[in-house]
Amino acid sequence: MTQYAQAVTDGILGGAVYALMAAGLTLIFGVLDIINIAQGILVVLAAYLSYALSVHLHIDLLVGLLITIPSMFALGLFIEWAFMRRLRGRERTAMSLLVSYAVAVIIEGSLYQAFGVTQVSLKAWYITSSVHIFGFYLADIYLIGFGLAAVSLTAIYFMLYRTKFGRSVRATMQDRTAARLVGINVDRVSGLTFGIGVAVTAAGGMVFGATNVFNADSGYDLISRLLAIVILGGLGSIGGAMAAALIMVTGEEIVNIWAPTWSTAVFYAALVIVLVIRPEGLLGKRAVRAQ
Amino acid sequence: MTAIWRGSGKIGTEHRWRLAGAGALLAVAVAFPLVFTNPAVSNYGVLTLVFVAAAVSWNIFSGYTGYISLGHAIFFGTGAYFTGVATKDWHVTGSDVFGLLPLAGVAAAIIAVPLGIVALRVRRHTFVVITIAFFFIFQLMAYNLPSLTQGTSGLLTPTINFDPTTFNNPFYYVALAVAVCMIVLSWLIRRSRFGLQLRAIKDDEDRARGLGVRPMRVKLSAFVISAVPMALLGGLWWYYIGIVDPSSGFDPLFDVAVALMAFLGGLGTVSGPVLGALILEPAQLYFTQQVTSGYVYLILYGALFLVVILMLPRGIIPTGAELITGWRERRARSANPPPPGQPASSAAGRLSGRESGATRELA
Repeated sequence: MTQYAQAVTDGILGGAVYALMAAGLTLIFGVLDIINIAQGILVVLAAYLSYALSVHLHIDLLVGLLITIPSMFALGLFIEWAFMRRLRGRERTAMSLLVSYAVAVIIEGSLYQAFGVTQVSLKAWYITSSVHIFGFYLADIYLIGFGLAAVSLTAIYFMLYRTKFGRSVRATMQDRTAARLVGINVDRVSGLTFGIGVAVTAAGGMVFGATNVFNADSGYDLISRLLAIVILGGLGSIGGAMAAALIMVTGEEIVNIWAPTWSTAVFYAALVIVLVIRPEGLLGKRAVRAQ
Repeated sequence: MTAIWRGSGKIGTEHRWRLAGAGALLAVAVAFPLVFTNPAVSNYGVLTLVFVAAAVSWNIFSGYTGYISLGHAIFFGTGAYFTGVATKDWHVTGSDVFGLLPLAGVAAAIIAVPLGIVALRVRRHTFVVITIAFFFIFQLMAYNLPSLTQGTSGLLTPTINFDPTTFNNPFYYVALAVAVCMIVLSWLIRRSRFGLQLRAIKDDEDRARGLGVRPMRVKLSAFVISAVPMALLGGLWWYYIGIVDPSSGFDPLFDVAVALMAFLGGLGTVSGPVLGALILEPAQLYFTQQVTSGYVYLILYGALFLVVILMLPRGIIPTGAELITGWRERRARSANPPPPGQPASSAAGRLSGRESGATRELA
């Protein structure tokens, strides 16, 4: 029984970080109607940034976030401006997948070139320590990750529902053309949203890098998990992405007790089963007339 | 898009020219391994033809219906593993292994039906992601069922005692046969009522349903048709390469490469995927061989990829056809200017009918 309770706790704490990374992906989808395949490798890039800062400049990982978050935000702005904004026309869906995949390949090659293939992981004193509460051992880094995810998701929530900018983001999500008609600068909203969606990978990447060994190849595993999460939650729904992340990571932890080699299948099997029953995902809106 | 293809006015001549071009290309393809007997060169030929056939097959489903599948490697890997396991269990040797390929195709069709029924319920991005999800389930099965697949150590081919100097030739001609069959099939489908229904689904699925198309049946048929040759190619590829393991049999880059080839040449055209594969596969083989300094080739590949998509968003064939039509019309207009009051038909004007072309033809 204890091991199940431990699995659920780990699932919720670990799931929160996935929820944050997936929230960025689903936010970008909601506003720009594109799936950013590069999100996985961007997480890895952020992890490497934290790694470089801590190894070469001896900056603590948490302090380093003050540098990595703005850097990833700026990179997101650049990617949107340079590539995504130029996609128009009928094949936009498929082309956005290919363009963001191409961006991912370039980042992957650069990371291999800069850091090699050897797997690394982030080091700090709070990564190996843990606290003992109610009979559970909770690794400090999981608690920190949960805290970071909670703070960031709350910030995104307030941004979306309590600010004027958030209102224009939601308007753009509902109807791009109508948003433009009422005077919203849709291009600016798209750019900033992409920036925010990518910026969350800074925190996600730091926690990912601290809890896993990684190299540039880790991006593929990450993006396939993140895609499964956002589709299960319903594309464009941040709440759905959060719920799906918690359910899937907890499910993975539980299956891990019975059959460790099959635990990664949980993500994809859950996705297939849910889509058979509810094609629009857990909290997704049914498309009235999909093109 | 049919408008561009059939050309303006001189249908007969143009058609004949195109047939002659295809015939010449086929002759070159048949003669290729006889002229270039160097195995290193014919190796390029074999792998390129595998990708020509794969890109054309992928395009029959994804190009015509607009449902972008990134899971066709499932059928490629299934074909490789099916052929591998059958060869081992039934003690098949030598060129008899080629006889197993149609069976691999049947196996792929059996798998494709349930996968298609589940995946084709959803559209657009969700469809793309569910094909990726299926793909990862299959890859994981290959890893986790070692009694069948030998796990990470991979399934080896039996010793092949072909003459080393012409070793590649049987593989080359089987790949060529599959490629030619698929190109002909793709062309026939594009001209058929079935192809029209597929393109109507791409234009507007709900409207197509209203016009009497049964989307599920039509989409599923195309899905299965495009899955079968993938398994043939997978089996052939396994026998040629000599080994299949989970990461090479179920390779995510296979799907991306095939999709990129179709896009580069022109999604939903007959010749586009052929052209795309003829350009990209040799380029990729050359890149990986020549640029061995670390991972620069990844960066170059990604950059090339971006330039192509952003510069030629519709692919080489449609963009080229548009340029030629535009040029011809400009020339025709300068030769005999249209009488005033009668608008000159422009390439753009004719293309604007493209959007709902298929649905309009059906109606």
